[in-house]
Amino acid sequence: MTDVAIVGIGIHPFGRTDGVSGLQQGVHAAKEALSDAEIEWKDIEFAYGGSSAAGSADTMVSELGLTGVPFMNVSNGCATGGSALLSAYTTIKSGQFDIGMAVGFDKHPRGAFNADPEAAGLQKWYGETGLMLTTQFFGMKIQRYMHDYGITSDALALVAEKAFNNGSLNPNAWRRDPVSKEDILNGMMVSDPLTKFMFCSPAEGAVALILCKADIASKFTTKPLYLKGAAFRSRPLGSFEVFSPSLEIERGPSPTVGAAKATFEMAGIGHEDIDLAQLQDTESGAEIMHMAENGFCKDGDQEKMLQDGDTNIDGKFPVNTDGGCIANGEPVGASGLRQVYENCVQLRGAAGKRQVPNNPKTAYTHVYGAPGISACTIITN
Amino acid sequence: MSTQKPIADNLFTWPSDSPKLIGSKDTETGRYFFPAKNSNQHEKVELSNKGKLWTWTVQRFLPKTPYIEQVAPEDFKPYAVGYIELPGEIMVESRLVGIDPKELEIGMEMELTIEPFVKNEEGEELLIFAFKPSVNS
Repeated sequence: MTDVAIVGIGIHPFGRTDGVSGLQQGVHAAKEALSDAEIEWKDIEFAYGGSSAAGSADTMVSELGLTGVPFMNVSNGCATGGSALLSAYTTIKSGQFDIGMAVGFDKHPRGAFNADPEAAGLQKWYGETGLMLTTQFFGMKIQRYMHDYGITSDALALVAEKAFNNGSLNPNAWRRDPVSKEDILNGMMVSDPLTKFMFCSPAEGAVALILCKADIASKFTTKPLYLKGAAFRSRPLGSFEVFSPSLEIERGPSPTVGAAKATFEMAGIGHEDIDLAQLQDTESGAEIMHMAENGFCKDGDQEKMLQDGDTNIDGKFPVNTDGGCIANGEPVGASGLRQVYENCVQLRGAAGKRQVPNNPKTAYTHVYGAPGISACTIITN
Repeated sequence: MSTQKPIADNLFTWPSDSPKLIGSKDTETGRYFFPAKNSNQHEKVELSNKGKLWTWTVQRFLPKTPYIEQVAPEDFKPYAVGYIELPGEIMVESRLVGIDPKELEIGMEMELTIEPFVKNEEGEELLIFAFKPSVNS
């Protein structure tokens, strides 16, 4: 079987860049990825890309060059970047093309996302009466989880504190100032038990990756990385998802559980082989629950792991080494690819002050979003 | 006196001395749905008006559109939201009223209530469903 390598990575810093459109940020990331792989746009045989709120990715060709390249737009909510990557992966696996690009970018207005009930297949009253807010869902999911598994608000604050610490070491992060645990806990309550410092915000940013057939990777880089597993799942019956006027009493697994399992099976390795992970942290509680949903610990173990600093950069199992969504914000189309970008930087040993020690070899990403979708990857060097 | 009407049709039985949420039941699988699904495979059912609080949070900031309460952000009153487990049926998401959010506890007994929400352009008062702590608990 043809293996798939990542040979070029590019990023436009996350946060707020006034005067630069989301699409222009995508072009910036694309050019940086091309230069990283020491190739030109004309060498790219195919591309997949998308954003949720910043326009059609394929219009980038007017800036990158009119080479006639097949450039396909991907739209998959929070998994847009992950879906672009998965599409690029299968395109190379199929033998159709040898080298291509996956790109994701976005630019959202300030404040919480606007929701349209009818676009989400829901009735108008649900939005009109103030039930259709993602922040409520996150508050309610972690509230129940804390009740069931003994997770404390202190653990929620530790996740956010770590995110800001890691963000302070990442020149591409949005939030680069550490925030103390006390300030996080005493911050304005947004949706109990989550304070404003525990939530990520919609933001801007872009990431591009160059992928190719593994047997030609050495032409482009001395440090190729290999995409060993990538899988995507939508929600199964009984999962607890955003925008649900009702839920089944019998609880079931989340889409993350299925995506994680499929990714590990594809890679043919186990959880013990993973040296670091980027896990969806829309808010602090999400990172905690996703540690278990992805199979890295048992429900409830997170409390001790966080108190012991296990998920810090120098801990036993570093999580969200670039500051995650909490420090980078969430430009929906780019967010999943940012996680892959960070793992590539870490596996190349190029992460500077936030480098995970002891030459990590295998890294994991997990993105999750509305309306109950999840995509995971495993990358090795 | 202003007239009152439910914010949406087929949401709860009204007018009624003992209002109930209107759900539906899949006649093949027995699964409950709320709000009710309109399909040949579903029969309309009145859901239990009592249940247990499964989880909760508080909406602390004024929601953007499509929220329809006309209020300045500084005058906005936070409201509690939760899921109520209706035994043997389904869990429904609802506003929680009649209790200080600090007193909310997972597992507490709750019952359905119909509450005035906002007035529409015609001056009619729109009614919504909510759950409050059960009187007997």
